[in-house]
Amino acid sequence: MRTKRVTFRHRWLPYLLVAPQIVITAVFFLWPASQAIYQSVLREDAFGLKTEFVGLANFERLFSDSAYLESFWTTIVFSALVAGLSMGIALVLAVMADRVIKSALVYRTVLIWPYAVAPAIAGVLWWFLFNPTIGIGAYAMGQLGYDWNHFQDGNDAMALIVIAAAWRQVSYNFLFFLAGLQAIPRSLIEAAAIDNAGPFKRFWSIQLPLLSPTVFFLLVVNVVYAFFETFGIVHATTGGGPGNETVILVYKVWRDAFEGLNLGSSAAQSVILMVIVIALTAIQFRYIERRVEY
Amino acid sequence: MVERRPVLNFVQHFVLILGAAIFAFPIYLAFVASTHTGIEVNRGLPLLPGDQFFQNYATVLGEGLSTAGAPPIGLMLMNSTIMAMAIALGKIAISLLSSFAIVYFKFPFRVLAFWTIFITLMLPVEVRILPTYEVVAQLGMLNSYAGLSIPLIASATATFLFRQFFMTVPEELTEAARIDGAGPMKFFRDILVPLSRTNLAALFVILFIYGWNQYLWPLLVTTDESYYTVVMGIKRMANAGDSLPEWHLIMATAILALLPPVIVILGMQRLFVRGLVEVEK
Repeated sequence: MRTKRVTFRHRWLPYLLVAPQIVITAVFFLWPASQAIYQSVLREDAFGLKTEFVGLANFERLFSDSAYLESFWTTIVFSALVAGLSMGIALVLAVMADRVIKSALVYRTVLIWPYAVAPAIAGVLWWFLFNPTIGIGAYAMGQLGYDWNHFQDGNDAMALIVIAAAWRQVSYNFLFFLAGLQAIPRSLIEAAAIDNAGPFKRFWSIQLPLLSPTVFFLLVVNVVYAFFETFGIVHATTGGGPGNETVILVYKVWRDAFEGLNLGSSAAQSVILMVIVIALTAIQFRYIERRVEY
Repeated sequence: MVERRPVLNFVQHFVLILGAAIFAFPIYLAFVASTHTGIEVNRGLPLLPGDQFFQNYATVLGEGLSTAGAPPIGLMLMNSTIMAMAIALGKIAISLLSSFAIVYFKFPFRVLAFWTIFITLMLPVEVRILPTYEVVAQLGMLNSYAGLSIPLIASATATFLFRQFFMTVPEELTEAARIDGAGPMKFFRDILVPLSRTNLAALFVILFIYGWNQYLWPLLVTTDESYYTVVMGIKRMANAGDSLPEWHLIMATAILALLPPVIVILGMQRLFVRGLVEVEK
């Protein structure tokens, strides 16, 4: 790892400088993470009197537990929908904004701010909008002949949290797509236009391929977001319901630990989530190393 | 513009305006709901703002929702501000110092220190909920501002950003400082920090929003209502037992909860976009 060619020399100062960060990392990150791994191989009896080493039994139980597998599936569906929806909409908007260069900044301003809204607040806003008795969204659905009720219908509840999660993520994706589009040399587009390629042809054969690194990057970021940062949306609105239809993995870890008091299982779930997040981060970094500069 | 296509231009502006309108719609409705009485809202929401604006906002700021047992929003807003500021400033401070050490000093364990910091990137609170909670409980930090902020201020991204920026600072500056007899801390204070001003501001915007929008963590470490933050407190109101939720007050709270980060993001848009694109690089 590189340093500066010219460095300072001091016996204890560098240690003092890194100390605060290292201490906080050790106390609040490394220690809890190692505890999670440790607890994941233990089982505590119902009264918390006795713990015994059970090896990988907690994991085996998880993967034969239909509730956990269902939650896994729910999370995958949720992430795919959030990533697909928010990236699709953001791409359309970014392509539009990229063409109208003069007003691109204005549009950026009006599209950027949902990113600042907390996921939980976004959830509550949409929860209200689609409230079956007083929400305008639900009323409009009723007019269209669809009886919307996210308190009873699992699909409605899922659609609601997907919309709320995607809503604030579109802003983020839009920014990156717009930056990516504006980095494509105009001469390429102009050359294609001279060769008689229309706007759609140009999009498919020039802009989209050149945008693929951004697409891939955003895909990872969006999946990470949907997996790990959407606890607030679920907790503040559906609470996992109706039934267990919207119990995403992060919500289940929390519920099993703090309401179910099933420590071993919750710890094992934490470890599985850690593996997922480490894998996703590794993919992200590989991509960054390979990133094409142009 | 590559060529003139009036129809396409029209379609583009139309799509963008429609998109912006759909984006703003939930907020607009929330605002409308927050300016009516509860009875009006529960009867079916009007589409235009009413005349209860001052009444409702004064109620939530001063009294809160007594039925839900929630404290006044004024207090929650203050808690959120303290938490967001502590997280943003704390993260910036410790990452500035550690990246300075990692870039400008050669010392044993330097690489180890770097990797220790790096690993935090892979461990969001969500994946180690219970053990982190236990640590904070053992340290007696539940229901305190320290407990709300300190566990969240270790950040690999900020350290990376500063490291990357420090690597681009010309070596000549360091040489000149050394020739003039400046020690490391003087160099840090008088040259490095002033040079990092733009990065500091950009990072501040992102971290402030991050801190303000925390939900799970305040939920875990606060049981005492006087430490509730506004983002987590809103949930309390929406599930107010058997009584009908008081949507007009909940929506007023939602507006108040989302306003500060939105103002920050719009006011510092250029810095925010720059910071975001750089942090993620």
